[in-house]
Amino acid sequence: MSELWDFFVVPLSYGFMQRALAAAILIGAVCSVLSCYLVLKGWSLMGDAVSHAVLPGIVIAFVLGLPLVVGAFAAGLACAVFTGYIKENSRVKEDTVMGIVFSGMFGLGLVLFTKVETEQHLSHILFGNILGITPADLIQVAIIAGGTLLIVLARRRDLLLYCFDPQHARAIGLPISVIHYALLTLLALTIVASMKAVGIILVVAMLVAPGATAYLLSDRFERMLAIAAGTSIGSSVVGTLVSFHIDGATGPCIVLMQAFVFVLAFLFAPRRGVFAMRRST
Amino acid sequence: MTDIAYKPANHSGGPGVSLSVRDVSVTYPSGVTALKDASFDLTGGTICGLVGVNGSGKSTLFKSIMGFVSPTSGEVRIAGMPAREALRRGYVAYVPQSEEVDWNFPVLVEDVVMMGRYGHMNFLRIPSANDRRKVDEALDRVGMQALRQHQIGELSGGQKKRVFLARALAQEGRIILLDEPFTGVDVKTETAIIDLMRELRASGHLMLVSTHNLGSVPDFCDQVVLINREVLAVGPTARTFTQKNLERAFGGVLRRFSLGGEKLHDDDDRRTLTVISDDESPLVYYGDRNNVDAPVPSHEEDEK
Amino acid sequence: MSELLVPFEYDYMLKAMFVSALVGAVCAFLSAYLMLKGWSLIGDALGHSVVPGVAGAYMLHLPYAAGAFFAGLLAALGMALVKQRTRLREDAIIGLVFTAFFAAGLLMASLYPTSVSIQTIVLGNILGISDADVIQVIIIASVSLAILMVKWRDLMVVFFDESHARAIGINPNALKILFFTLLAACTVAALQTVGACLVIAMVVTPGATAYLLTDRFGRLLVLAVAIGASTSFLGAYISYFLDGATGGVIVTLQTLVFLTAFYFAPKHGVLARRRGHPGDAAEGMVP
Repeated sequence: MSELWDFFVVPLSYGFMQRALAAAILIGAVCSVLSCYLVLKGWSLMGDAVSHAVLPGIVIAFVLGLPLVVGAFAAGLACAVFTGYIKENSRVKEDTVMGIVFSGMFGLGLVLFTKVETEQHLSHILFGNILGITPADLIQVAIIAGGTLLIVLARRRDLLLYCFDPQHARAIGLPISVIHYALLTLLALTIVASMKAVGIILVVAMLVAPGATAYLLSDRFERMLAIAAGTSIGSSVVGTLVSFHIDGATGPCIVLMQAFVFVLAFLFAPRRGVFAMRRST
Repeated sequence: MTDIAYKPANHSGGPGVSLSVRDVSVTYPSGVTALKDASFDLTGGTICGLVGVNGSGKSTLFKSIMGFVSPTSGEVRIAGMPAREALRRGYVAYVPQSEEVDWNFPVLVEDVVMMGRYGHMNFLRIPSANDRRKVDEALDRVGMQALRQHQIGELSGGQKKRVFLARALAQEGRIILLDEPFTGVDVKTETAIIDLMRELRASGHLMLVSTHNLGSVPDFCDQVVLINREVLAVGPTARTFTQKNLERAFGGVLRRFSLGGEKLHDDDDRRTLTVISDDESPLVYYGDRNNVDAPVPSHEEDEK
Repeated sequence: MSELLVPFEYDYMLKAMFVSALVGAVCAFLSAYLMLKGWSLIGDALGHSVVPGVAGAYMLHLPYAAGAFFAGLLAALGMALVKQRTRLREDAIIGLVFTAFFAAGLLMASLYPTSVSIQTIVLGNILGISDADVIQVIIIASVSLAILMVKWRDLMVVFFDESHARAIGINPNALKILFFTLLAACTVAALQTVGACLVIAMVVTPGATAYLLTDRFGRLLVLAVAIGASTSFLGAYISYFLDGATGGVIVTLQTLVFLTAFYFAPKHGVLARRRGHPGDAAEGMVP
């Protein structure tokens, strides 16, 4: 019993762990909510693409003296815009175009990074550095994540309709392109907020796993959002604590914790889990 | 109009041209039984229509013949051997639906037709002079020689269909499966396709044509298989393609227009005019042929 | 001028340039198929999924290719299992599995930093490749290329029209397994030149570029391989002057070539389409 206590309470005595856990909760919340939409819309590749594409934006922002999040955000959106343009003007399939654009941007970002003198560590950008999060960083994360979360929750039904049945959404007068770009913007913001925790390469895990897990466990969207948020926040907190105790990288611990929860859901979900289906046949 | 007098020539098919479906059932892992105890036997030369609504099991049947799905029970025998063996020898040619083809694939018309010859080629798939000749002949026969160097996406609907027919010809498969060959095809191409099929029938080929285009079935099919999860009726068109069988096959999904009585006659003639269609509203009118400017009367649909 | 020839004086540079070209060629061959089917996500997923296997292999002093293969196989099985038993969409399943595997690899590297250089795995390090690894890459790439040159037509038929493939006696499932095995093998090879995160570019971009330049699949393959090999060679060469980031340079070059074709391709480029090149509209214009 006292081990359990140690697991949770000992880390909390450190300032950096308090901040890390706070960031983990915020990021887990916003990623999970967005994840539900991405899973329904089939936007896993989009999440992968935008998260990789932010790299050149970060480097260029550094060079120009702008806040890094601004550069990241702009690059993320640029990726989506370029993809759309190229797809409309050539016969190449959309998924292929997306792959070309984001990998090209990521490659460019790596080249720029090598040439630019920066005190940023590439590994921190790629893999996150939540244990090194500063109070200023935390405020930034809180604002971006919190703002995004509020917007998504406020407009959750319109977004759901767009993801589920865009034709009907158009028919009842919803502005489809606006919603499309709004969702992309929210995605970019989420990625920018999460960079600190898990880095740009693992962010896509946070944007897919919670939604996938919740999808196995519920038939109603509101419930799906709640389950996704719960599992994501839980995994983020526990993952952060685990990484503290084993002295391993935090981002991967969080992601693996989420994967573990998914496996549990896969096996034990009341109606659709593997064991449930065995029992019914 | 109907080829009633046609009798399948038993000699021209030879022993190799037969399709035998015996008690084939297909149940998908999701639990849906798409096909139940389907049985029928066909020998060449014949054009047999496979008629049924969407979801009746037509495509499942095709998939089990082509080996895409293994029947849960029963078997398919082609040319007297198990289907798999016959496929390996290239006995069956498949003309796909237009929707299933990726028209953006970077292949020219002649490339697609040459694919029909691959089964005849060696391991390295290098075309021989004979292969090239067969491709030429096939292109001639469907009238696509002039367009052979075009990428397939550049063609019209009818031309696209001809390319795949040419491929079937080049393959020299004695059994040809055609999946909804007349959708999206202009009248001229439809006539050309039917003429070609008649030629192939005369030379002993066996064609199984999946269609829901009811009106044209009696035009070119000498046999029909009516299907709705099970085989409801099999046999020569004249005997089998009846209103009663159709209603069983389509199970209430048909539109049926009946004109009779005072609307049709001004005498005691009690005959009625019945039009059956499965999805599109046919244009039906009755009137003086010379008075073509008269407005088309609207006709009520019978509740069915 | 003579400074430009300096890289050719060093053995490690010659090694890097030629190995890169070979890997670029075989990945480009595969890219012809991947880009037609829109399989970008699968390409990215394979690159990331093999990382724990590579990390484990380095830790246990086994050949890195063996570990990579094992991890790739495990990932593929995991995806198939989830696909079969749930109604989750394919892209979510792929995203889920590959990120989990990649995270496992990163965790292993963070726990054992001396045996595993995560930078090398994720970003490639062809300029510093060991001789043992060079041999593995050359074997994998050469064997794959040989198989592809024999089987490319059959693969084309399977991916174009599976029914017809069956009709002429080809076994589509066997060929698909062959294809994905070759893809996994080339992913393993490409880890050395561009790293896990950029493998996707190598197996998608050259083919897409060639697709804008020709209507015949055979020619597409030749063009793609030429583009893949030359950009990889050139990229390795240029990275000498940048002292690193070989993967980034190669991929940037490939993307630039693609963009050039996108604009200037004689029939399918943006400028040609604007000029209203006949035969390029959505509906058939041939009478």
